[in-house]
Amino acid sequence: MDKFDKLTSVAAPLPLINVDTDMIIPARFLKTIKRTGLGADLFSTLRFNEDGSEREDFVFNKPAYKDAEILVTGENFGCGSSREHAPWALFDFGIKCVIAPSFADIFHNNSFKNGILLIKLPQEDVDKLMEDAKRGANATVSIDLEAQEIKGPDGGTIKFEVDQFKKHCLLNGLDDIELTMKKNDKIDDFEGRQNAAQPW
Amino acid sequence: MSEAKTLYDKLWDSHIVDEQDDGTCLIYIDRHLVHEVTSPQAFEGMRNEGRKVRRPDLTLAVADHNVPTTDRSLGIEDEESRIQIEALEKNCADFGIELYSMDDIRQGICHVVGPEQGFTLPGTTLVCGDSHTATHGAFGSMSFGIGTSEVEHCLATQTLLLRKCRNMRVTVNGDLPLGITAKDLILAVIGKIGTAGGTGAAIEFAGDAFNSLTMEGRMTVCNMTIEAGARVGLFAPDEKTFEYLKGRPKSPKAGAWEMAVEYWKTLKTDDGAVFDEEVVMEASEIKPQVTWGTSPEDVTSIDGQVPNPADEPDVNRRNKMERSLEYMGLEAGTPMKDIKINTTFIGSCTNSRIEDLRAAAAVAEGRKVADGVRALVVPGSGLIKELAEKEGLDKIFIEAGFEWREAGCSMCLAMNADKLAPGERAASTSNRNFEGRQGPGGRTHLVNPAMAAAAAIAGHLTDVRDLD
Repeated sequence: MDKFDKLTSVAAPLPLINVDTDMIIPARFLKTIKRTGLGADLFSTLRFNEDGSEREDFVFNKPAYKDAEILVTGENFGCGSSREHAPWALFDFGIKCVIAPSFADIFHNNSFKNGILLIKLPQEDVDKLMEDAKRGANATVSIDLEAQEIKGPDGGTIKFEVDQFKKHCLLNGLDDIELTMKKNDKIDDFEGRQNAAQPW
Repeated sequence: MSEAKTLYDKLWDSHIVDEQDDGTCLIYIDRHLVHEVTSPQAFEGMRNEGRKVRRPDLTLAVADHNVPTTDRSLGIEDEESRIQIEALEKNCADFGIELYSMDDIRQGICHVVGPEQGFTLPGTTLVCGDSHTATHGAFGSMSFGIGTSEVEHCLATQTLLLRKCRNMRVTVNGDLPLGITAKDLILAVIGKIGTAGGTGAAIEFAGDAFNSLTMEGRMTVCNMTIEAGARVGLFAPDEKTFEYLKGRPKSPKAGAWEMAVEYWKTLKTDDGAVFDEEVVMEASEIKPQVTWGTSPEDVTSIDGQVPNPADEPDVNRRNKMERSLEYMGLEAGTPMKDIKINTTFIGSCTNSRIEDLRAAAAVAEGRKVADGVRALVVPGSGLIKELAEKEGLDKIFIEAGFEWREAGCSMCLAMNADKLAPGERAASTSNRNFEGRQGPGGRTHLVNPAMAAAAAIAGHLTDVRDLD
């Protein structure tokens, strides 16, 4: 997993609530057996017309936001399916950080495991960042994960909370599986106890 | 005297392998269901690192999302779907995992297959790379959906790194009114608490209305817990649970069975245990439910109307409602019963079990699907299909003009050939009415199986209780 420490980028505004994983990446694109390449179909229905041409009104089709690495959006982002294709598609497209008032649980876990930082902020802070984001290329946002700080385009600072273990893994680009395998003895012990108590 | 615990507390505590200082726990996983869509990248990761599956004996695989529901002897026409299913077969062979292949009578939707085989048991932890894994909570199993990274973590270590959820209880008091099903109960709950109402929570279902449900009904309720934002939904196991599981192929055998049941009987919330949040509803107030929008929380009763966004004070919600109505092609104030449909889908991990098919068949019997309506019945597993055919349900459906299909996820998420065309409108027994869920531009109204059958016959959404 890639490390995440600091990020400065234009922020793309997507002022929608309950953006579901089918919207982020529709099921018809889940037939891949790879993790990469899904960025081309990110937000497919919102981004493209039926003939495949770009919908001009969609944020990522506007020149100012083509290279945005931060997404600012509404509450309950990522609700629905457990498909990790949703964060894969975001990451493949270039999104490294999503800021919203709340996130769905499974999407939350999946994102951190792919090096994407999700920042949960009070609605009024998100509203402010959303307004900043709408200013486009003139308004970059800086994120410092170590300091847990967001700097807006006008210099204002917003502090954010983050799960300390997830932060540690992101800062160091750590692979969970490797960490867990160091606890194999404890897993063996658990299995032994459970087999004795519940032999079925 | 130990502190009073909830059912969820007991399941959590009994699976802790290790606890970190920050509260993150390493939780042992007793059962792992694998399907073709969310597993290939996990197996690829295992191969790249030269890792083995720690407990293939606790892992069961089945292809469901992509499989055709038409004649299987013809193979899979769609190349990408075929490659994904072939990848699952190869991965299971290479890593020693039991697989129910497409032509196995036990094949079906993984959340139907698990309980049917007795793979799902009370007191266990069960995961799958699918959000509807919450289904298995009907048995008092701490079960939840995971992403592909966690699938890989579980394959390699038989554990997951997790934070404990908060405890939430939803109680529906009173007897279920005639014609009101598990689907109506859970849709009404989602309508009340919202699609994010259960975020971060494990929900235990309680009260007479829930307790009176069959195991099939309980699975429908737990299945849609995720549509309320909660990863885990739970029922305390009882005699119905034990009766359902007894004699299933993977259930504990004689000797161990009695021991298991003794343990399972302890799996209930202690008197005096405190929930972080309680929601209480009355069954008598719940009518047949139907969704009007593009989130499961956009729900009303069949005698209701399409709501007016102008009545919504919150600007973000108002915008979402306007967007939903535009997508759905609906005008505010339209009576739900006036909405014409051209497709009915009876199936999915929510409502494809034998009880669901019986309920739909009871409505279809002696009636005809309306002109211009396409109606699909997709059983949850090959075994359910076989049982339904023994009961003659297939003939009832076919005579009424329904299509009788092979088992799979089908039009619930439209990964195979079964999908809505742009602008088509379905009464569907599935779980999500998201934009494009049943096909790009397709419009979904979620209902219970009898209501779906009634809509197919009437040609519009209708109250099954009013059918001639």
